[in-house]
Amino acid sequence: MTEANEMILAIETSCDETAAAVVQGGTTLLSNVVATQMDIHEKFGGVVPEVASRHHIEQMTVVMEQAMTEADVSFDDLDAVAVTQGPGLVGALLVGVNAARAIAFAHDLPLIGVHHIAGHIYANRLEQPFEFPLLSLVVSGGHTELIYMDGHGQYDVIGETRDDAAGEAYDKVAKALNLPYPGGPQIDQLAQTGEETYQFPRSYLEEGSYDFSFSGLKTSVINTLHHKRQKGESIDKANIAASFQASVIDVLVDKTFQAAQDYGVKQLIVAGGVSANQTLRKRLRDRFADSDIAVHIPPLYLCTDNAAMIGAAASIQYHQGDVADFDLNANPGLMMP
Amino acid sequence: MNVLAIDTSNQPLSVAVLADGVLAAELTLNMKRNHSIQLMPAIQYVMGQAELKPADLNQIAVAEGPGSYTGLRIGMSTAKSMAWSLNIPIVGLSSLKLLAAQVTDVDTFISPFFDARRGNVYTGLYKRTSEGLETIEADHNGTMQDWLDQLSNINQPVIFTSSTRHDFTGMIRETLGDQARFVDSMVQYPKASMLGYLALYEEPIPVHSLAPQYHRMVEAEAKWLEKQEKGR
Ligand SMILES: [Zn+2]
Repeated sequence: MTEANEMILAIETSCDETAAAVVQGGTTLLSNVVATQMDIHEKFGGVVPEVASRHHIEQMTVVMEQAMTEADVSFDDLDAVAVTQGPGLVGALLVGVNAARAIAFAHDLPLIGVHHIAGHIYANRLEQPFEFPLLSLVVSGGHTELIYMDGHGQYDVIGETRDDAAGEAYDKVAKALNLPYPGGPQIDQLAQTGEETYQFPRSYLEEGSYDFSFSGLKTSVINTLHHKRQKGESIDKANIAASFQASVIDVLVDKTFQAAQDYGVKQLIVAGGVSANQTLRKRLRDRFADSDIAVHIPPLYLCTDNAAMIGAAASIQYHQGDVADFDLNANPGLMMP
Repeated sequence: MNVLAIDTSNQPLSVAVLADGVLAAELTLNMKRNHSIQLMPAIQYVMGQAELKPADLNQIAVAEGPGSYTGLRIGMSTAKSMAWSLNIPIVGLSSLKLLAAQVTDVDTFISPFFDARRGNVYTGLYKRTSEGLETIEADHNGTMQDWLDQLSNINQPVIFTSSTRHDFTGMIRETLGDQARFVDSMVQYPKASMLGYLALYEEPIPVHSLAPQYHRMVEAEAKWLEKQEKGR
């Protein structure tokens, strides 16, 4: 009973963006609406979960309406409703999950629960087809993972962070440098004007591991800043940012390249909020330039959280018959399928 | 008028369907379980029992708070999404008013309340008259002791009712003595059918602007505001 060129209304509320999108056939973006709360959380220096949830409930129907209107579709045109089931902030996820469930019930549509990271990966499929096997580097505030895929919906996590996610390290270092929230883009920008004058550690862990660790690096940066402040020495923020960023990106690029070689993949797919980082984008492209592995990095609007990516991932589940019951629940610690 | 009514503000979860303005089906659960998992199957059940399809609904009624923040959003997100996608009116009603409405005593003050922790309550003051249920004192959040001291000044009986566990019975008796009465436990839990009936007399509000009535600021926001004040 599945439609070939199915139309999916997708919802994403896992963190601080209220998002809805309409995606056709898993590859065509008909609308992609994101209500960001960035300026709201900026004053708190980070996302306050209760504040995020309160904004989601106010924005949810507005954002869905805009997505439907921009796509110029009615509920009769839809073939399924998809929603981020996790991971994320539980209170935030619940707003989207309950909205999706209500619409699925009201219009007798299949309900599809999507893993947020699967969404980030599938954002790329809105740009070009996947060629398997492929490797995906997922880098965001909550995730740093290398995921091997030999088919649609087949996720094999071959490496992950053992402590801080890359984005988390960025945020914490940005805070230590007194940069405004969100810190990642600020550090990237600062780093463009700085030089790598500090030797911060690069953690490669044991031989052959594709895992990551960024907490040692983060601590080293924070300690360096602390000592300099104690001694009253001036701090060149741009150089600190450039040195820190070089450490993070060296490890990310080296490990990704190694894994891509070892697994003999055809494509490298980069996903997650940190893939918006200009230096990371450039360094990855440079490193893979002489290989026959194609590097795909989504445009900026598909790197950050959005619902189009959830619709793209849901399309695969729709065709695989992976449909949820009405007791589908938000799962803040959801594991990769 | 076919109405679907939803209350998930606290531990009790209640859903009901009024068909042609008359109760057709109702389900109330008072279990310590996740409302998010219970709610849609419960709605499916009452709709099925009432032999109504979602498209047959003419109105949604939802308890808008106060109550558990997460509980409120589960009911509100479901109710808003249904009303919006079915393009039917939605009514939000005070969760405290719903409790008060279940007390049938006429011309007596009714104080419904929910424990808000650390000696605080969400409460308000209502009275049933020949006109219907009147709001005497709007819903608010404050310490129970302050509220009881305020009530002691009115020198008239007050009926207390709460659908959540609390330890205020002693404090109420001590402060108000004979002035305090406690509701029959039979009417202590919210019934969504009552919510549906009350909603028949309320003005619908635009679905996009309906939001839970938390009656409390987020702590981080309160602290931030305080800091701004001091900075001046
Ligand atoms: Zn994300």
